[in-house]
Amino acid sequence: MIETYFPNVVWERISEATEETIYMTVIALVATFFLGIILGLLLFLTSKGNLWENKLIYGIVAAFVNIFRSIPFIILIVLLIPFTKALVGSIIGANAALPALIIGAAPFYARMVEIGLREIDKGVIEAAKSMGASTFTIIWKVLIPESLPALVSGITVTAIALVGYTAMAGMIGAGGLGNLAYLEGFSRGQTDVTLVATILVLIIVFILQFIGDIITRKLDKR
Amino acid sequence: MITLNDVSKTFTKTFKKGTSIKAVDHVSLSIEQGEIFGIIGYSGAGKSTLIRMLNGLEKPTKGTVKVAGRDMGAIKGRELREARKEVSMIFQHFNLLWSRTVSENIEFPLEIAKVPKKKRKARVQELIKLVGLEGREDAYPSQLSGGQKQRVGIARALANNPKVLLCDEATSALDPQTTDDILDLLVDINKRLGLTIVLITHEMHVIRKICHRVAVMEVGKVVESGQVLDVFKKPAAPITKRFVQQVTEPEETKETIEHMLEAYPTGQVVQLSFIGESAETPVLSDVIRSYKINVNILQGKISQTQNGSYGTLFIHVDGDQSEVARAIDYLHKQDIGVEVISK
Repeated sequence: MIETYFPNVVWERISEATEETIYMTVIALVATFFLGIILGLLLFLTSKGNLWENKLIYGIVAAFVNIFRSIPFIILIVLLIPFTKALVGSIIGANAALPALIIGAAPFYARMVEIGLREIDKGVIEAAKSMGASTFTIIWKVLIPESLPALVSGITVTAIALVGYTAMAGMIGAGGLGNLAYLEGFSRGQTDVTLVATILVLIIVFILQFIGDIITRKLDKR
Repeated sequence: MITLNDVSKTFTKTFKKGTSIKAVDHVSLSIEQGEIFGIIGYSGAGKSTLIRMLNGLEKPTKGTVKVAGRDMGAIKGRELREARKEVSMIFQHFNLLWSRTVSENIEFPLEIAKVPKKKRKARVQELIKLVGLEGREDAYPSQLSGGQKQRVGIARALANNPKVLLCDEATSALDPQTTDDILDLLVDINKRLGLTIVLITHEMHVIRKICHRVAVMEVGKVVESGQVLDVFKKPAAPITKRFVQQVTEPEETKETIEHMLEAYPTGQVVQLSFIGESAETPVLSDVIRSYKINVNILQGKISQTQNGSYGTLFIHVDGDQSEVARAIDYLHKQDIGVEVISK
């Protein structure tokens, strides 16, 4: 029956492409998580009235974040081709997509981290200071735990955006479901392939959202 | 224990360029070991800034702040962090970590002080018992009432055996009954641990109930200070009088008195104030026995302070005019405050 509805679908190609998409998303997500938290913390701490208030550093980080967040992803990939080539040695394949994915997503996530950190009651930070906590302790034991639900729901949103980015990266040769939908589906007029690829992307997104929601709810004790 | 010598604090950058706000203006105070010292003032009087200079959260622009032998305005880094373990603070909005349970919140300052895990657990148990939170160890702050949250705040503040406890409007977000419970707990801690407590508030009730000495602040200056009872007896500054009235005269008193003056065209309405021991002597029955007068009690209130009781009584004295005059004369000679309310 499946054969009649999806005559052109080669299931081995589909599972291979799905694996590539998941691989790119997961690796980029892990890197984005750490890079985003570091950038977000830097933005928060150096902003006005905070622990490391510093206009210069804030300005530099904010400019970096804003620029890379504003460039449309498809253009960012093209712009980063020389960088990717130098770093990965190739501009084809899943690994070649990673630098662009991370550089595209980390600034996006950094802003969400900053917003999450801003929501922490200033009084709690003051209380930690009044107990003699060092800045490192405040980051590690106050800022991160207290903003964790926001950090997790932010990374969920970022993860879903990343799945979308991998599809775009796929169009210019990074593999994955986007590549499959475009090259084998659209270009060859095989609508059924495009449809199956879309359904799989949707399933991945729903699973990510579901996991993110559960973790956020578990963490939020407010 | 605490000495402030000609301390000023000016804020410049928070407002428009060029303008500056003098939050604390030439304040000198000294607070003894084991004392409960209250600072009262309306919001914006500078009391929040003042108390924050005691643990180095704010630095004075001028003057010196000495707490337990350390110059809080001059030290920084590790030395300041060490000093803060001896000068802990509780807050109006409690400032608990919502991501941690009651026990974990109390454990937090112990983690900062790098106390080994086993010792931490034992100390947390002790503190939970001290503040009366048995059975709530594993609750999260969101599951606690305001009073319970402040108990966690107090336990957390006491964890590292501080020498000084700073209370920043610690009861202002609580209902009257809970306020009294928390104040009782503070007095209990003060007596049991010999802890020096400095508190800021805008409620005279708090000062009356637990403080030994009080300083009244207005626009950055300390306008009056002394033993709580003395300040109650003879408030000098107008602002102090208003604060004293908060507790001695219920709001409706003024209306009542006016009404009384109209209702009793003859005789005199007299306000008696009793301080300390005199509050417990039977002055009124003496006067009634000695003079041929009628005494009608209009309104009265007695308040307890940490250095004795304080009360006001409004009476209407009626009878033969000369007899009334002699009775009032007698009252004047007693160790009480007498004020004839004129019509």
